[in-house]
Amino acid sequence: MGECDHIRLEDVSMAFGRREVFTGLNSCFPRGQISVILGGSGSGKSTVLKIIGGLVRPHSGQVWVDEENITQLKERQLYQVRRRIGMMFQGGALLDSLTVFENLAFPVREHTKLGEDEIASRVRRCLEAVGLNDVEDLLPGQLSGGMTKRVALGRALMMEPVILLCDEPFSGLDPISIRRIEQLLMRINEEFSITIVVVSHHIPSTLRMAEQVLLMLPGATVAGSPKELLAHDDDRVRGFLHEDFGGDPDLQVESIEGSHGEKNWSRSW
Amino acid sequence: MVNAIQELGAKTTRFIEELGRIAVFTWLIVRAVFRPPPRIRPFIDEVFKVGVMSLVIICVSGVAVGAVLGLQGYNTLVRFGATESLGAAVGLVLFRELGPVLTALLFIGRAGSSTTAEIGTMVATEQLDGLRMMAVDPIHYVITPKALAMLFVMPLLSSLFILFGLGGGYLVGAQLMGVDPGSYISSLQNAIVFKDDILSSLIKALTFGCMVGVISTFEGYSSAPTSSGVSRATTASVVVGSVSVLIVDYLLTALMGV
Ligand SMILES: Nc1ncnc2c1ncn2[C@@H]1O[C@H](COP(=O)(O)OP(=O)(O)O)[C@@H](O)[C@H]1O
Ligand SMILES: [Mg+2]
Repeated sequence: MGECDHIRLEDVSMAFGRREVFTGLNSCFPRGQISVILGGSGSGKSTVLKIIGGLVRPHSGQVWVDEENITQLKERQLYQVRRRIGMMFQGGALLDSLTVFENLAFPVREHTKLGEDEIASRVRRCLEAVGLNDVEDLLPGQLSGGMTKRVALGRALMMEPVILLCDEPFSGLDPISIRRIEQLLMRINEEFSITIVVVSHHIPSTLRMAEQVLLMLPGATVAGSPKELLAHDDDRVRGFLHEDFGGDPDLQVESIEGSHGEKNWSRSW
Repeated sequence: MVNAIQELGAKTTRFIEELGRIAVFTWLIVRAVFRPPPRIRPFIDEVFKVGVMSLVIICVSGVAVGAVLGLQGYNTLVRFGATESLGAAVGLVLFRELGPVLTALLFIGRAGSSTTAEIGTMVATEQLDGLRMMAVDPIHYVITPKALAMLFVMPLLSSLFILFGLGGGYLVGAQLMGVDPGSYISSLQNAIVFKDDILSSLIKALTFGCMVGVISTFEGYSSAPTSSGVSRATTASVVVGSVSVLIVDYLLTALMGV
């Protein structure tokens, strides 16, 4: 773990009530790289993102974000850290009383003094980047699941964050949108050297874009580059990456393009 | 037996914990009110929402309650040959008790429950966490405007209820039962004292508005992030709100000594 770690979790344990989610989690997410968190449902992937954002406090351990130990910060101080973080929630978390346009404009209106023209053009840019148009006046309730995800990603980009956390950006998307979002993430990572942490079930895109993978298995976590994990000597690790683990059956077409020759894509739950 | 006592103890502890949490929550709201920027637009939206939502129910119930008071008051007063005091009887009961209390109970059922459900749904769909991640305090942006709007609207609704109640009493008493309209109004005017009746009525309405605002937002804010959690919170909001309004009403009446 060197200086270049943008986000670092040291010996973090988390439990809800008596239910332990994970214990002794050590992990680092290097500055300016794309990291992907893999793991089964309920393994605590979303919880890791929430811990990084300071939304839930771990029971023990330290969490470093941008050289700051956020476990010791007060709520007020956390708000300063969060201004540098864009987060896309698993369910979108859009404000359902505001239109798509107002949702995207919201953080900018809250924290900057930009004029309406500039805000409008920034909203349009972010929506275009996630491949949406003609949705500005819709309410979140009128969006499909995939559209909601993309609007949420657009909103996370509005404040030009240095850290981007994405919770399952690909689930429920069609193959073309997946490709598009994947390329978008890789592009903003390259152009602005944003640190990106993605929770995903989508193996092919993970293998294509991840520089670092954190695999959360029951009772253990394994980290490494995709290559290292593919060659890992633990069967469970290799199984996770190779075997029928793909979520949506309609992603099968996609998997053929996968650079690592996955096979047998079928629904695993 | 021992179990029953243990359970009672546990319940009491939980109750006191809950009170403590409500106190902290209230403090957070009060602090947020004075923190810039002021949330004027959301406040106005909320005033419209909870106010307009409750308007019809308050007016209709006001007339109905006033009519019943007119009828009951007439039937009682007629035995003493004092029907010309009907205005005073109806007015005093409405101003001192039924106006603020019934308005609060109706308001809880109509606006309080829906406020709780709305906030609970925002918790369940992570909208409040979403705000936090955008470095916006949900207490400041969501909770405070709602609680303030309820505080602001309650006295207005209570006054409206009283007004329509007086009208209902007048309709039944003067038009139906044949009480002299002039004496209905003059006995009303003579009986109502600003400091004793109108002021204490307003104080009650404001207190209840404050309580409904805090309780309904608190229950929503602390609801479990599931649909059953939201439904439990909504029920709790109505039950806790109604019972505490009735208890506090007694305390206020005793305190103000009117
Ligand atoms: N607010 C919460 N209260 C109680 N349990 C929770 C809460 N959030 C998550 N959990 C539990 O923590 C575990 C991990 O959840 P999560 O991080 O959402 O998993 P994943 O995103 O990997 O599917 C699950 O077993 C879930 O039931
Ligand atoms: Mg999740």
